[in-house]
Formats: sequence, structure tokens, C-alpha cells
Amino acid sequence: MGLTSTVRVLLVALVVVVLAAFLPYFVSGYILGLLTTAFYFAVFAMAWDLLFGFAGEVNFGPTFLIGVGAYTAGILDNVYQPPIWICIVAGTLAAIIGGVVLALPALRVRGPYFGLTTLVAVLMLQNYIVVDASLTGGEIGLSVPDVITADESLNYQIALWFMAASGAILFALSRSPVGLILQASGQDPVQAGALGFNVTKHKLVAFVISALFSGLAGALMVFYLSSASVGTFVDVTVGVQIIIAAVIGGRRTILGAALGAVFIIAAAEILRSLSTIPILHPLGELANFIVFAIALVVVLIFPGGFFGLLTRTRENS
Amino acid sequence: MSEAAPLLEVTGLTKRYGGLTAVKDMALAVHAGEILGLIGPNGSGKSTVMKLIMGIERPDAGSVRINGVEVAGQPSHRVARMGAGIVFQHSRPLHRQTVLENIKLALLPDKLTRLFADPQIDAHARAIAARVGLADVLDRRPATLPFADLRKMEIAKAVARDPRVVLIDEPFAGLTSTETAAFSDLIAELRRDGRAVLLVDHNVKSVARLVDRVVAMYVGERIAEGSAEEVMRDETVRRVYLGGAITTASRPESSFRDTATPFLAIENVSVHYGKAQALENVSLHVHAGEFVSVVGLNGAGKTTLFNAISGLVPYSGEIRREGSALRGTSAAAIARGGIVQCPEGRDLFVDMTVRENLDLGGQHLPPAARDAQIAWLFDLFPILQQRQRQNAGTLSGGEQQMLTIARALMMKPALLILDEPTLGLAPVILEQISKALERLRQTTPITVLLGEQNVTFALPHADRVYVLEHARIVWEGDPARFASEAGTGYL
Repeated sequence: MGLTSTVRVLLVALVVVVLAAFLPYFVSGYILGLLTTAFYFAVFAMAWDLLFGFAGEVNFGPTFLIGVGAYTAGILDNVYQPPIWICIVAGTLAAIIGGVVLALPALRVRGPYFGLTTLVAVLMLQNYIVVDASLTGGEIGLSVPDVITADESLNYQIALWFMAASGAILFALSRSPVGLILQASGQDPVQAGALGFNVTKHKLVAFVISALFSGLAGALMVFYLSSASVGTFVDVTVGVQIIIAAVIGGRRTILGAALGAVFIIAAAEILRSLSTIPILHPLGELANFIVFAIALVVVLIFPGGFFGLLTRTRENS
Repeated sequence: MSEAAPLLEVTGLTKRYGGLTAVKDMALAVHAGEILGLIGPNGSGKSTVMKLIMGIERPDAGSVRINGVEVAGQPSHRVARMGAGIVFQHSRPLHRQTVLENIKLALLPDKLTRLFADPQIDAHARAIAARVGLADVLDRRPATLPFADLRKMEIAKAVARDPRVVLIDEPFAGLTSTETAAFSDLIAELRRDGRAVLLVDHNVKSVARLVDRVVAMYVGERIAEGSAEEVMRDETVRRVYLGGAITTASRPESSFRDTATPFLAIENVSVHYGKAQALENVSLHVHAGEFVSVVGLNGAGKTTLFNAISGLVPYSGEIRREGSALRGTSAAAIARGGIVQCPEGRDLFVDMTVRENLDLGGQHLPPAARDAQIAWLFDLFPILQQRQRQNAGTLSGGEQQMLTIARALMMKPALLILDEPTLGLAPVILEQISKALERLRQTTPITVLLGEQNVTFALPHADRVYVLEHARIVWEGDPARFASEAGTGYL
């Protein structure tokens, strides 16, 4: 492996992103919209993979960070209407603060309890949003007056390049000395400590970085959708989808998570669109079922995920 | 050498877990350029001392000074920065990274701002690797390395930051004799560099050639200190390891009827865990009604042997019960067939009551037989009757051990395998369990295979004794002859 494969992976990724940038000239607005969502989703999954794949902590509540970012940005725009960038920065900061508040106590507990703590945080956030409906829009959802742009193609480009930049940063981080220390802390915290590394500090920073990208992506997505709802940003099933995306994409690879996210969103939508053909009608209703079934097969048969499959075949050839 | 202040100085170190005092008022000192062996049988608290020094566990009292600086109670990353390094017996290296990257990891600063490694680190890591003899395998992944090289990699990581004090846990476990010699040279080199080295191991013999001094521990306390020879001659140490005057009650092998085809026959059994050999061509047999003890230190392979008999690990060679091979029979079927193991870890259902644990053990028995069996067991272990409704997890260590044995007996075993029943137990409890075993031997036709490192406990009941050392049987014979023939090797 070493440097050469890292460079090769990055080159392939860059080629894919550049090719994707020309997509608006060829495909419909509907597909662009779908991919725009998928790209934000990819950032969620990559941010989650940094925490699980490298720091070794299973965060069952990625949507807590995303939701805090999205709702803070959305509510701010709804109530005070400052420039959009202020809302986005505020949403990101809120996600980071929320992340620290959650991680500080959660990192003190070991094993499954960290995951449970994060899961409970999601349920609390969800409940708060539903109860404080006058501020958050409750179960109906929050309508956000502003959008960054109404242009489908521009929205697509923003999401694409945001994903590319996030992926590059997270990937570089994962291959940096800090990424190495994080992996060591995740795999054998006792030894990492004995080698002189402050394990808690490193895990906390991983959580903050994960929160930063989750919150930022959530806030950007709010201004793409011009609405926020529990079902899109906070619900536990959204969190599970993010986790599945990261795992089938290939854990501990960062870029694989993006692959998995695009696959999950696209596959479900393709199956749904196929249902307009009468014979294939059940496919639409079973779309999520089929996608999850594929995910299950991938996890059971190829624990390395898509990314693992791709890099393995390349190494063999 | 002892003129200068020691690099590592431990005084009054105490650690309690609940009601159990694991380490009590422990003291030791290691000077620059000195190797100190810290020895003690399983459960003596020696590993805890190492963890307390390294900051992996927090002491309840006492002082740990590294190079004159107090570090007791500090988290391990601080202790490491004060100049201590540790070689763990078991560690999980980064499997996706190469050997070189694993060593580089140890050289990285504990900084979050360092996104690009210092270019000097690479050269430094290569130099360290060359010194420990890993130069040829730098680009390989840890999983592809032989076990001895993995240990070298751990040494390389531990000394990467140039620690003044190096702690090494069971330096030679799992190594062959040639590998042990090479590893000894590496440790001796640490001494030549002027470091203070603490070797933690089970017995004096394994570290005798290397150490300058030895401190012996038993149930959390220091019992002897001196040169390896002095400690081996020490009366207290001899008593702890070999027991005092032991009255044995062995029956001659010819008194058992199944001499031609013993109840259990193990022939040339070998077991590997990945790259480490846990058993090497072990052969032994147990006659029906016989009480056989397998004596060996922790890591000698006793548990592996028992797990092979119980069908829990794959092995080469043959294990026969009454002449027919057990291979191919599932672990569950072997247990139901009457070969029942009391595991070292006890494996009780801690959230169920004593009675429920016993009922589970006797589930296959008809109700009347089960009640009769329980009544008999309560007679054997009266304390369990009083504790019937208590959760197993709330019992003391000794009571848990009795419950484990009782639960196994509920299955009416033909062969009862006891794996280190004395682990971590106080002497008075040992005596109770010892009496129960004696009664079992005298009043029932049960066959027992006992694995122990505590010789005092293992010998009195045994008809025959095997000594297991580094995965091999090195001695077999009458318990009365043990102390004179195998005792020294055991110290």
C-alpha cells in the first residue's frame, strides 16, 4: 500500500468528481436533485466513518449533530433572517458545541454505552423539536424562507464540490499522523495511552471534526431544501441509513462512505422510479427493503464494503 | 550502582478492588542499567503493580517516582512522557499499516496540529527497527509476521521514545528457546543503554539468566528480594511455589482397572493459536476413578489442553475416551457425554441465583434425581445452601468457585476437569475447596483432571502428576517425588 495507492485512490476520486461536474449537461433536474441530496448524505457518512472507523467509537446518533446544525441554521433564518452564511456558520458552531457537550460525558463510558448515549441524544432532540413546535415547526416541519440558489444545476455543483472538499479533508486527516494516532486509540486505547497519547483528547477532536462536517452539511442542506423536518434530518432511521451507507461503502476508508451514501440514495430512488412500470410495481413499495437487503448481503459477505472490493481487485490486477 | 537515586522507585503502593486488596504496601526500586525481575504466581498482583506504575490503573495509596518525579495517579500518557515505556504481552498493532508505520506511530508527538509527520521520524523509525532486527520486514503487515517478530515490534514501539524506564510483561511467553535467546539479548541491550528495566514474570527460572535482582510477590505483598539464587533459596518463596511438607495420598497406577485402555488418552496433541504454539506433542492419560493433576505456570498450556479435550479448540493428534476418538464430536456432545469442565474464568451466570445456576447444570436430570443431587451438593458445600437465593455475582471468589464446581457436578460428570480453581483465592478458602475435593475423591467414583499452578493445592489429592512447561509435558510421576525431581524447575 503506502503512498502510491493513496495517490491512486485520490486520482480516481478526482476523476470521478470532475466527470460528475459535467453531469448537469446530460441529465434531468430530477436526477440532479437526487444526487444533490446524495452528496450531502455522503458527507454525513464520511463524518461518521471518521468517528467509527478511526476513533473506534460507534456513534448511533449522527443525526443529533446533523439535526442541531440544520435546525439551528433553519430557525435562525426563519426568525431573524440574517445573511445565509451567518445561519450556516451558526448551525455548524451549534453542532460542534452540541458534539462537545455530548462527547465529554459519553467518552467517559466504554463499550456499548457510548453508542447508547448518542442514541438517547437523538431521541431527546427529536422530542424537543416535536414539542416546541412554535419555534421548530414540530411534526409538520420548519419552512425556511431563503435558499442559497433556486438553480438546480448550481445547487448540484455546490453539493458536489462541498462533498469533494469534505472528502479530501477527512481523507487527508485519516492518513495523517493524527489519523494514525486515532486508529491506535480506537484499536487499543491502553497501549495508545502507554505510548504517550492522550486518548480522550484525540477522540474528542475526532468527535468535533465529525460534528463540524455533519453540522455544516446539515445547514447547507436546509438551504437547499428550504425546509427542515424530523424525517429528513433527525429521525433514528436517517441515522441508521447513514451508518449503513458508511459500512457498505467500506469502513475505515472515508471515501467508501461517500460511495455507500450515493448508492443507498440512488438505488432506492431507481427502484421507486421503476415502479411506474406496472409489472415492476412492487419494487417501489419494497425499495427500502431491497436496498437494506443488499446492504445486509454486502455486510455479511464483503465486510470490507464496496471500497474494499474495489481496492482489492485493483491490488490483484 | 545503588549509590545513585533509582530511576524507578515504588513505595507503599496499594490497590484495592472492592473488598479485595490486589496490591498491598508494595515497594521496589530499579536503578539505571539494572534489570529487576518482579515475580509471583498467578493472581499475586504483579501485573497490577505494572499497571499502577504505568498509570493504566490508579493506585489507592503509595508513590511511584520516575527519575525522581512523582507520577502515581497520573494517566498513562503522562507517565509515558515522564520516561516510562511498556511492552505488553498482548497488544493489537495497527493491522492495516506496515511494521514501519507501526513504529512511526510510537514516535509521533501527542499533537493534533501535526498533519504531516516530521521527515526525521522515518529515518528514526528505520534505525530503531534495524536495532531490534526488523529491517527486513519493514514493509510487511503485522499479521504476516512470525510471533517473535511481533514481540520485537512491540519492543521497538516501547523504546521508540527513548524511555528511561522499560516495563516488560512476560517477556518470553510464547517464544521458542532460540527466540528467547534473541529476545534476551535485546533486553540486555536496554540495560547497556543505561535504562532501568522491570521484567514481570511468573517464576524466577524464566528470567534468572537476565536479571540483576528479583522481587517476589504473593497475594499482593512483597515476600522476598535478592539475587535470583537467593530468591530461589528463600523459604517463603519455596513454600509459596512448592508448598510445605505435603502429605500425599496417591494410589498406584496399577490399582486402576482400565490400564490397557485408560478412560482418557491424549496422544501427541498439538495446538497452535495463529503463530504461537500453545501445546506441543502432549501425551497423557487418566484412568477411570483416578485423580490426575497437571501442574504448570500460567501460559504453560493447561487451559488449552482442557479446551482441546472439551472440543473447544482444533488440535492435531488424538484424544480418546475409552478407546474411541473424540474428534468430530461437538463440544456440547462431549459435555453431555460426561466430560465436564470448570473453566478458569468460572463462567457463572452472575445475574442468576445460586439455585438457578445449579438447576441449569442439572437440567437434563429428572426432577427427583436433580433434587437428590442438589441435596448432596449442599452437603458438600454447605455455604451454597445458605446462599441459594443470592445472585451468583454477589458471592465471594471462593463461593463462586464452589458454585462452579457444584454446577459441574450437577451434570453427574464421568470426568471432571478443574482449571485453576485456586485462581485469586485466599488460603483459607483453598482449604475448604481442598477438603471438598478430598471428600469427592473418597466418596464417589469420579475421575478428576486438575490443572493448577498452586502445587500445594494440586499435590495432596493427586494419584499422578504431570508438569506442563512451555507447551510440553516435562515431567510425569508420583506426587511424593515432585518436590525433589521437578520442584527446582518450577521455581
